[in-house]
Amino acid sequence: MDNNSNNIIVLMVCPVSNYLEQEIEKSFKVFKLWHFEDKEQFINTHKDSIQAVVGSAAAGADAELIESLPKLEIVATCSVGLDKIDLARCKEKGIRVANTPDVLTDDVADLAIGLILAVLRRICESDRYVRSGEWKKGEFKMTTKFTGKSVGILGMGRIGTVIAKRAEAFDCIIGYNSRTEKPNLNYKYYPNLIDLASNCQILVVACSLTEETQHIVNRQVINALGPKGVLINIGRGLLVDEHELVSALLQGRLGGAGLDVFEHEPDVPEELIGLENVVLLPHVASATVETRKAMADLVVGNLQAHFGKKPLLTPVV
Amino acid sequence: MEACHGHGKEKESQDLPRVLLFKPPPDFHLFGDECFSSNKFKFLKAWESPLPLDQFLKTHAQSVEAILSSGGAPVTAETLRLMPAVRLVMTTSAGLNHIDIAECRRRGITVANTGNVFSEDVADLAVGLLIDLLRNISASDRFVKQWLRPRQAAEGDCYSLGIGSKLGGKRVGIVGLGSIGSLVAKRLDAFGCSISYNSRTKKPSVSYPFYSNVCELAANCDILIICCGLTAETHHMINKQVLSALGKEGVVINIGRGPIIDEQELVRCLVQGEIKGAGLDVFENEPDVPKELLALDNVVLSPHCAIFTWETFKDRQKLVVENLEAFFSNKPLLTKIVDND
Repeated sequence: MDNNSNNIIVLMVCPVSNYLEQEIEKSFKVFKLWHFEDKEQFINTHKDSIQAVVGSAAAGADAELIESLPKLEIVATCSVGLDKIDLARCKEKGIRVANTPDVLTDDVADLAIGLILAVLRRICESDRYVRSGEWKKGEFKMTTKFTGKSVGILGMGRIGTVIAKRAEAFDCIIGYNSRTEKPNLNYKYYPNLIDLASNCQILVVACSLTEETQHIVNRQVINALGPKGVLINIGRGLLVDEHELVSALLQGRLGGAGLDVFEHEPDVPEELIGLENVVLLPHVASATVETRKAMADLVVGNLQAHFGKKPLLTPVV
Repeated sequence: MEACHGHGKEKESQDLPRVLLFKPPPDFHLFGDECFSSNKFKFLKAWESPLPLDQFLKTHAQSVEAILSSGGAPVTAETLRLMPAVRLVMTTSAGLNHIDIAECRRRGITVANTGNVFSEDVADLAVGLLIDLLRNISASDRFVKQWLRPRQAAEGDCYSLGIGSKLGGKRVGIVGLGSIGSLVAKRLDAFGCSISYNSRTKKPSVSYPFYSNVCELAANCDILIICCGLTAETHHMINKQVLSALGKEGVVINIGRGPIIDEQELVRCLVQGEIKGAGLDVFENEPDVPKELLALDNVVLSPHCAIFTWETFKDRQKLVVENLEAFFSNKPLLTKIVDND
């Protein structure tokens, strides 16, 4: 990269990490959208100079933003999910898109298993039981065994595949639903999600969010999973009908849930707060020192590749 | 086997061999009084008598051949001396340190435990505590439920509780590669961890690197998982030296017994940042937990409940009944005596 690259302007649309900001600033000029009270005015002022947008799971580049930045060449998201980016519009306008696949796969899968164990074995609840002094009054309750249980995976992509491998180490029986059946997999394929939910005790949502998959986990799927079933969501909040999920948990039609994502982050449905059969995490599935650094490096690497006229490291479009 | 339902079978049941129970098993409270029942034996319930135990045994237990020790009811030499006919001590636990094994050996009394029936659950909890610890699951859950919003929206940095630590690629040192330790190894292997171990003896069929010294194991791992039993040798085995070898980035998970770790030293190391964190299901003086730990976010605390699953309790009941039935039919027991080190 030559020194002229310092003139290239990158718009970060949401905070990600100090590390990412510092790294991008080494090679580019950075504008941080959240520092400006009047975002519209800011964009109007700088629209002809912004050549790159950096986003994350929280925010990306929708149609409105894309249309307002005539010089936009690349959208690099610090996430593997692409739901905050208008991909069709990017394709149409020849704008490149890059994400951060693979580097976060293990961490997300680890968290999925961690959530399963936390919900089934009531680990968070039992930790509170000790901290509050309740243990002095009596033994903790009986919980549910994980080993040997049937696990259904919605979305057998990179993350789903790795979740399946970990669950196999616990002798779990794996089934999955995906847009298409995957060849060479030893797991049972269920073309119908309701059938998968009926035939597993733990359903892990690991697919990507698109127009087709919004609310794919709906009332019927939740009811099929049932009063002893557990829903784990490490995908996107909108994949699950949150209103139906809350009502099912409150009415006992669903046994428990482990959620890292929600429809309107950082808001979490108030009704879930008091439920002990629910574990709630603030979207941290890729939040390890190692992985966040790897993701940030990939974002910077993609920007440098693009403006250095080299092939993108992890192109989507 | 069908449960023995009292009433119409009272005449038959008088001929049934008896099994002594000192205290009501916790299972009775959870599953009802018939959960260990069989039509091949009946229970002699010591707690139902107003007599003190030694008198009760002298009066009623002289021909009793089997004891079922549950809820950790100790089986001491004194007790055994009051029961001349006893040939079997069956415990509902995996551990044997509440039974006077030497006295049993001397008398030729068979001792049977519940073998590996709990091992999966304990191994699962070890992994659950470890992921929770590295990824701040319990800390985050209570954070969210207290409505404390993460700073990330404002400052762009990850999360005021502290970002997590990746599990894959970490070096796991297992102390005690028995039934539980092996299952822990199998699980963490699938997460991309590299496994090594310390045990009384090297296991020839195992390919994981062996360290004959637990201090050396600690020096060469990031995660130390205590899966061994409590004996005179393992008491306070995880001491200042071992924790120091484990180091500032190291974490320890204990699903064995509290006294295997020098708890005071562990607390000091955690408070002073000399090790990174701990996941503990067991403590030296349960249910008391050092109050310093209650204030820490880099520990996960569990109330000695690694075996508390419905499925395993049911499996255990089945095993206990089958073992007792085998004993009274002079058939081989399902679980053999395990050396208590």
